[in-house]
This record gives sequence, C-alpha cells and structure tokens, in this order.
Amino acid sequence: MIVKHRIVPNVYQDSVALMVVSSKLLALDGIDAASVVMATPANLENLLAAGLGGHQPAKPSDLLVAVAGEDDACEAALELAAELLAATPGIEGPSTKGTLTQPRPSNLQRAVAADPALNLALISVPGPYAAAEAMKALRLGLSVMIFSDNVSEDHELVLKQYAARQGLMVMGPDCGTAILNGMPLGFANVVRRGPIGVVGASGTGMQEVTSRVHNLGSGISQALGTGGHDLSEAIGGLSMLTGMAALDEDPDTEVIVLISKPPSPSVAATVLHRARELRTPVVVVFLGADPASFTGHGVQAALTLADAADAAVAIIEGRPPPPPPPPTAHIAPDSAAALTAAIDALHQDQQAIRGIFCGGTFCYEAQVLCQRQGLSGGSNTPIAGNTKLHNNAEDAGSTHTFIDMGDDQFTQGRPHPMIDPSLRDERVAHEAANPGTAVLLVDVVLGLGSAADPTSGLIQALNRGRHDAAGPGRQPIVIAHVCGTDGDPQDRARTVSALQAAGVTVASSNAEAARWAAFVATTVTGRTAAAVGGAG
Amino acid sequence: MQELFAQELRVANVGLTGFAENLRHAGGQVVELDWRPPADGDIEAGRALAGLVNDARVEQANRIAFARYLDAQPVLIDVLTAGQAIAALHGEQRILHAGPPIAWAEMCGPMQGAIVGAMLYEGWAHSAEVAEVMAAGGQVAFEPAHHHHAVGPMAGIISPSMPLWVVENSVTGDRTFCNFNEGLGKVLRFGANTPAVIERLAWMGTELFEVVRAAVAQIGGLELKPLLARALHMGDECHNRNAAATALLCKHLLPAMLSDGSPMDALRRVTDFIMGNDHFFLNVSMAACKSMLDAAAGVAHSSMVTVMARNGVNFGIQVSGTGEEWFQAPANPVDGLFFPGYNVQDAAADLGDSAITETAGLGGFAMAAAPAIVQFVGGTPADATAHSRRMHTITLGTNPAFTLPALDFGPTAAGIDARAVADSGVLPIINTGIAHRHAGVGQIGAGITTAPMGCFVAAINALSQRRRADPDHDPTGLLPADA
Repeated sequence: MIVKHRIVPNVYQDSVALMVVSSKLLALDGIDAASVVMATPANLENLLAAGLGGHQPAKPSDLLVAVAGEDDACEAALELAAELLAATPGIEGPSTKGTLTQPRPSNLQRAVAADPALNLALISVPGPYAAAEAMKALRLGLSVMIFSDNVSEDHELVLKQYAARQGLMVMGPDCGTAILNGMPLGFANVVRRGPIGVVGASGTGMQEVTSRVHNLGSGISQALGTGGHDLSEAIGGLSMLTGMAALDEDPDTEVIVLISKPPSPSVAATVLHRARELRTPVVVVFLGADPASFTGHGVQAALTLADAADAAVAIIEGRPPPPPPPPTAHIAPDSAAALTAAIDALHQDQQAIRGIFCGGTFCYEAQVLCQRQGLSGGSNTPIAGNTKLHNNAEDAGSTHTFIDMGDDQFTQGRPHPMIDPSLRDERVAHEAANPGTAVLLVDVVLGLGSAADPTSGLIQALNRGRHDAAGPGRQPIVIAHVCGTDGDPQDRARTVSALQAAGVTVASSNAEAARWAAFVATTVTGRTAAAVGGAG
Repeated sequence: MQELFAQELRVANVGLTGFAENLRHAGGQVVELDWRPPADGDIEAGRALAGLVNDARVEQANRIAFARYLDAQPVLIDVLTAGQAIAALHGEQRILHAGPPIAWAEMCGPMQGAIVGAMLYEGWAHSAEVAEVMAAGGQVAFEPAHHHHAVGPMAGIISPSMPLWVVENSVTGDRTFCNFNEGLGKVLRFGANTPAVIERLAWMGTELFEVVRAAVAQIGGLELKPLLARALHMGDECHNRNAAATALLCKHLLPAMLSDGSPMDALRRVTDFIMGNDHFFLNVSMAACKSMLDAAAGVAHSSMVTVMARNGVNFGIQVSGTGEEWFQAPANPVDGLFFPGYNVQDAAADLGDSAITETAGLGGFAMAAAPAIVQFVGGTPADATAHSRRMHTITLGTNPAFTLPALDFGPTAAGIDARAVADSGVLPIINTGIAHRHAGVGQIGAGITTAPMGCFVAAINALSQRRRADPDHDPTGLLPADA
C-alpha cells in the first residue's frame, strides 16, 4: 500500500462537500483510505494520525487530497478527485430546489457555449443589427442564414469574404428560403429528400423549384439561398459559388439547379464558367435571360422555374432533357379550348391582365413570359421594357399590370403578404371588380412560414370583387398558381380544390399560369382587332 | 460548408420565433435566443462588439487576466497611515475619493461634506466655510482612490492621516489599501463632518490605529480568501452583510490584541468599537477584492472588468485591456427600501468604491449566500439565487474559492466580461447602501442597483479601437462603420 497526495492550491470548499468527495474516493476498488480536506493544521494532524501524512507543504487555504491503496487505484482516485472538485454544481440546470429553470441564452456566444454542436445561425433581427449577429456567428464557427434585409453591400461583402476564409457559408442577407439537411429555414415547403441540390438567389423561386421537384416525385438534397444581392457586381456571387462547390462535393447531390434573376454579365460569366467545371450536371435558370445564350457544355439552361425543375428531374430519371422552349406562346390544346370558352364570356372592354403576387419572383417571371408574347405592361417592380407604376401601382388604366405585394412600399410596418395576405386580398377584390380586367393572375404560396390559411381570404375577396363587378358579363377569368406540396401544413391538393370550387382556374406552375393569362390577353386583343377590322 | 451536410443541423435562432417553431415541427434541433439589440441599441457599438467576439487575442488576454485574478492571494499584512502607504499623499494636500475623477464643483453633497470633514481632521482648515473655499479654490488636490490602488466605501475619502488596511497579493507582492469603517449613523463616508465625526476620526487615527496595527503585526499575515469563503457559508455576501466576516476577523484580532500588551482601557474602547459595527470587515473585504482585481489589470486587449465605482454622479468602470481609462455613465437609480421618514427624493445617486466586491464576484454576485439582506431589500431567497445565477451569463468564469450553499455549493460568477454585458443586456447587480443627498444625514436605506450599460458600451468601443489599431490584428472579421 502506498499513499499519494495532490494539492489544489488556493481553493476553498466546505468540509461537508469535501467529505462527500472523500467518500466517493473511498468507494473505489483498491483504495483503503481517502481524505480530502482544507490543509489547516488541525486537518493535517488528523491526516497524519490516519496514516495519510507525508505530503508536500500546503497552506491552510490549499485543498489537499490524500489517498492510500494500490498504486493504480491511487492515481485513479486522484483523477476522480480532480474531476469532482472541478465540477461546478449549481450553475447549470435546474436547482435541486426546483424553483429555477435554465434561461434561454441571451447571445450567440452563450448559445454556443451551452451547445457547442450548433452549426447554423438563422438571423431575422431588424436589418441594422443583422450584420453584427452574422459576424458573431461566423466568428463562433457557425454558418449563417440572414433572413433580414437592409444590410449594406459593404457588410454583405465583409461577411461573405470572412465566411469564405473560415470555410463557412453566408446565405443572405434577404434570404427567405433554404432547406438544409432536410430542415426548413425561413419560408420553405415540406419536400422529400432526394438527389437535386438547389442554389438560389430568389426565395420564392426556390420554393417553386423545390415544390415542383417534390410534386414530380423526386426530392431535394440541399436548397441553399444566397440572398437577392449575391450575384451583383459588388458581391460577385460569393455565396452562389460557395454553394455550388459544396453541392458538387456532396455525395447526395446528383444535379444542381441554379436560380437567379439575370446576374450582372461578369458575375454570370463567372458562375457559368464555374458551373461548367463541376462534375455534377447543372441546370441554370436566369429568369429573363434567353436560355439559348448560355446552354451547353455541361450546363442546361431553363427559361422558367418550372422548366428548371422539369429538366433536373429528367436528368435524374435518365430521360433526355426537355426540348428548348419555342420562342412564342404555346399552351396545351385542352387548356386553350377551356380558356377560349371563358374568353367568349368576357365583355369587349375586358382587356387587361391584372397580376397580384405575393412572391416577387412570380411577379418577375410572369412579366418575362408575357413580354415574350408581346405583352408589355406596368409594374411596381418592372422588368426591363415594362413601365414603373407609382402610387401603389393603382389607376393603371387599361395596361397590363403586375403587382408585387411583397415590395417595400406595401410592407412598411406590416408583415409580408405571404405571412398576412389581407392587403393582397383587398387588392384582388379591387381588381376583380375593375371593369377592364380580363384575367386576374394570382399566386398562393404554401409552406412553413406562410399564412396558415392563405386561401379562404382570397376566395372571399374574389367573391366580393365579383359581386362589385358590373354584372355577370363583366366577371374576369381568375387564374391561380399554388406553390407548395401536399406535405405542407396548408396541403396543396386541398388548396387547389377549394380554388377550383370557387371558379378559379388553377395552373400547375407560375409559368403556366402566366402563359394562360397571356393567351387570354392576346386572344381578346386579337378578337377586338378582328372586330374593329370587321367594322371597317 | 459541405461538412455541414454531414452533420446534424443544430440551429441558433436569432429573431422570429416562428422559424424556430417550424424547425421543431420538422423535427429539427433549435436553440432560441432571448435576443435584444446589443449595447442598448447602439448599432455602431454593436458592430464593434461583434468584431471582439471569439477574437483570439481577446480570448487569450481574458484567460491571462482571469487566471491572475483567480491566482491572487490577498493577505492582510499591515495597517499604515495613508501618508505612509501612498506616496502621493505623503506631505501633500491631496485627498482621495470614490469613483471616477470628479471636480469639486461637480461633486455630490455627501462627497463635499466628507472632504470638508477630512480637511478639518487634517487641520488644513479650521472651519467648514474655509475648507469649502480652499477646496473650490484648488488648494486641495482630488484624485480617485483607485488611481493609488486604494478603495473606500461611499464617499471613499482618504486623507494622509487616516489609517489604512494594507493587503498584499502574496503572488505578486502588490499592495492595495482601504480606509477603516467608522460604523453607522453620522459618519464621514456619508458626508457628516460634525465635531463628533472629527473626534472619532482622530481617535481612529491614533488609538484604534495603534492597537489594530500591533494586532495585525502579531498575526503576521492573515489570508483573506479563506476568510471570505467561510463568511459566504455563514450568511455574508461580504458587501452589504459582513456580520460573519467581522466575527471571523475578530477571532484573529482579539487574541493578538490581548497578547501584545496594549492597555486594557484602550482594548476595551477598541473592541467596543469593532463589536458595535457589523460592517467593520467591509473595508478589509474591499481591499482584498481590489487586490484580486489589480492582479488582473493591464492585460492588453482583455475585456475583463477590473473596477466598478461610483462618485455620486457617474458610475465608472475600468477594463483590464485599457488600463486606468475610465468609462462612465450616469449612475442607475437604486431599487431599495428606505428607513422611516425618507424616500427616493432624499437619495443621493449611487456612491462608493464598494462595488469592487461585485467586480470580484462577491456582493450582489454572491447574493445567494445572504438571504438575510435579500429580505431586507424586499426580495426572496429565490430572487437572490436567481440573481447569482444570472450573473454567470456575463462572467468569464467562476471562482472556485467562493462557493454558495444555495447554489449547491456552486462557485460564484466572477470576471465580468464587458462584451457579455453589452451583448446580453444583463447588467452587473450591485448591493448598495443609499446615502442622503445632503451631507451628513447618513444612510437612509439600502437596495440593489445595476452598473449602467453606457459604461460597457464605451469600454467596447475603446477595446475595439485598440484592437483595430493593433498592427498584428487580423483585419478580416470586422464590420466597417456606416459611411
């Protein structure tokens, strides 16, 4: 039997607490005696009497561990003592008194200290504070999704450059949607996991693509948002490039879909160049850019969000990619027949498309597709070639209008229409009653984060508008597109049925809805021209 | 980035609660932050703060500063007059006061009253009127006690003839000082300067000084950390409650006084004085705390708070990385109870160096040790425990030398991190007495106050500036200020 000691200098603990430690040491196999005491003269005398003396000099303010037994057991006991003495009871977890619970962490540093496995910060604080929170997260080793907008370009660049150095990713600012490892972040639809990876600069664009992939029977590996500003000249697509590289390395991703409005030319060139270098096939939709201008060499270009989803699924299923879309309007013959019947019921003054959108990208895509069929118009968020509407885009007269109800002018001090669609619904009622409206084009965005019931209010608004319309002969055609899946809390199938029951024509995608609307508008315009010609 | 794909996603949700609910709904792991705008909503300071989070230099500096604080071993070694102990007071017409620097004209009533009292005691003036004219005319120099490794409760007045406790950190050999506690009622530290007050000071500077000095010499060095630790287990938090610690000190002082041959009538007066004042130990506690914190001071880039002190107008702090630079803000009001006949209108602003105890992890940080005074200020023992727990969210660590029975013998929170304060909105709590705003009325209540956020925001800005000016610093990971 040997005796071993350890002195813990300058630590005080209550003798009762130390007796508990002593008893735990004594319970170890191979330990014959153990004592943990403050090294006061009286305690040292007791140790000596118990055969536990022979230690180095210690001060009364030192804590002394003394154990006797087999060599290995003594070492183990000293280790256990160190562990027990280092434990900090009482700060973490509920007190044994049962009156207190652990509060939520008040900052990221505390959160990471409490849960070192945290690996992503989802930031949705007011814009002026968002960059600081994002930087803290990066400094703590977390990747970041910044839902907040109003983050300056300077800060976005600094954050993304720093993240790149650290091997982390910044999604956003102004990133509304992402799906990471199957988990929904921000506004996201419930989709199955699968082989298609998405990197998108547009939140609703990503929702459309991921939902459609799901509805086509495939699934999503990762959907990484970049924020709407990422593909600007200043930022240079840093997040998109990071996301592409990550998905290319990801064994679960077999096709990559890139989604953006047209980037600045130099950034587009960089992104396409990098896309061609990837081992993974890439489908690119740069909304509004002519697909013929950048397709080929490992990159398949898509004109619309729906086309992109279709192309990605085709690649997965080993089918040949869908043929490039024809330059002019085409809709399925049965759709055309059904719409023509409805068009016949329109009054001759009903000429205009009224697109009222919750999703900014849907508004953008609808403008692109209508413009390709010669239908220019006005918008609060016009694409090139369309006119800018002011005054909340009202009083547009007979021009086609495409209103993004999620634009800043409508969301000052109130939630986004995807969360609270009541302002959009009011506008729908107003435009439905407008005697010049030939076709009302709306989107219904489902998914986590969106309104729990975006449909009932919309249908009520439609009925209100129809009631206020000049008469049965002045009812506009209503075309809707439902972005979502049957896994979403709002349930896509139920939503579609409710809309159809209310006399709404439901398209399978935003692109199809826009094409139908364009078909209606060109048909009524042609009919009017023919009628005028006939009169002449 | 792709490493993340192979991990279980664990999200820190900063902002909208709905997003956390969605994640939970999907079976995700999410930690929701109790977020509020950092630095009291000062956006630029919040960005400066972000640049200090998990900064390698700052973390390393804090480890060093905190280790020096933990390692410090304050030992009561002597009693000296202030003129003997502090060179700047030797033969100088200089007076030290509590808190950050302040000019005579700006001082609160109790501090001016105490200065007048000290001048009368020193014989620099023979009437209060003359003393005031001299003070206003610049014939007396005023400096914070903290500038000379000294502290004092309330007005914190130290003049050359006053006796000081001398505490030495046996690890470094550095010394700190605190004056002697006069007891309650009409006393200098609350601004009283009547003849009775001056007579008491004179006696403290002679008979009490001689007897206690001899006793301390006889003891030959009293280690203060074990004494503080025991007092915590006996119901003191060593700021507003010192009953146990005073008794423990007496266990050492009395045998020493009895054995060193002092006349019995002098011993009787001295013991009557000490036994009549449950706060006698407070000033020793303060010197010990100052000793532990001085050890941590001056580590470049460290964000550890080493001083919290009030001058009756402003609250000031110092942090280790910026040395003796003060960061000040108007003192917060005291949430307290008042003695009969007084109310909040009578109260002076928060005053005194005694917040050095909280800075060292005692006082309000150890509130769970002292249920008796929580009751006194209207709280419950559960409140006290909650206070002590909450302080863990703003400190660099814990002090295993100071444990709290009510926290299952968990250690006190210690080493306030200015970053954590600014990033949480959790303010250091301070147990405090309340002085009447007029000189000499004395204590009119007690309560709890907090250190104001403005001090910590200013400290963050200064640390950030120094960090950015450091030629070795990594220029990435810092947000530029708005153009």
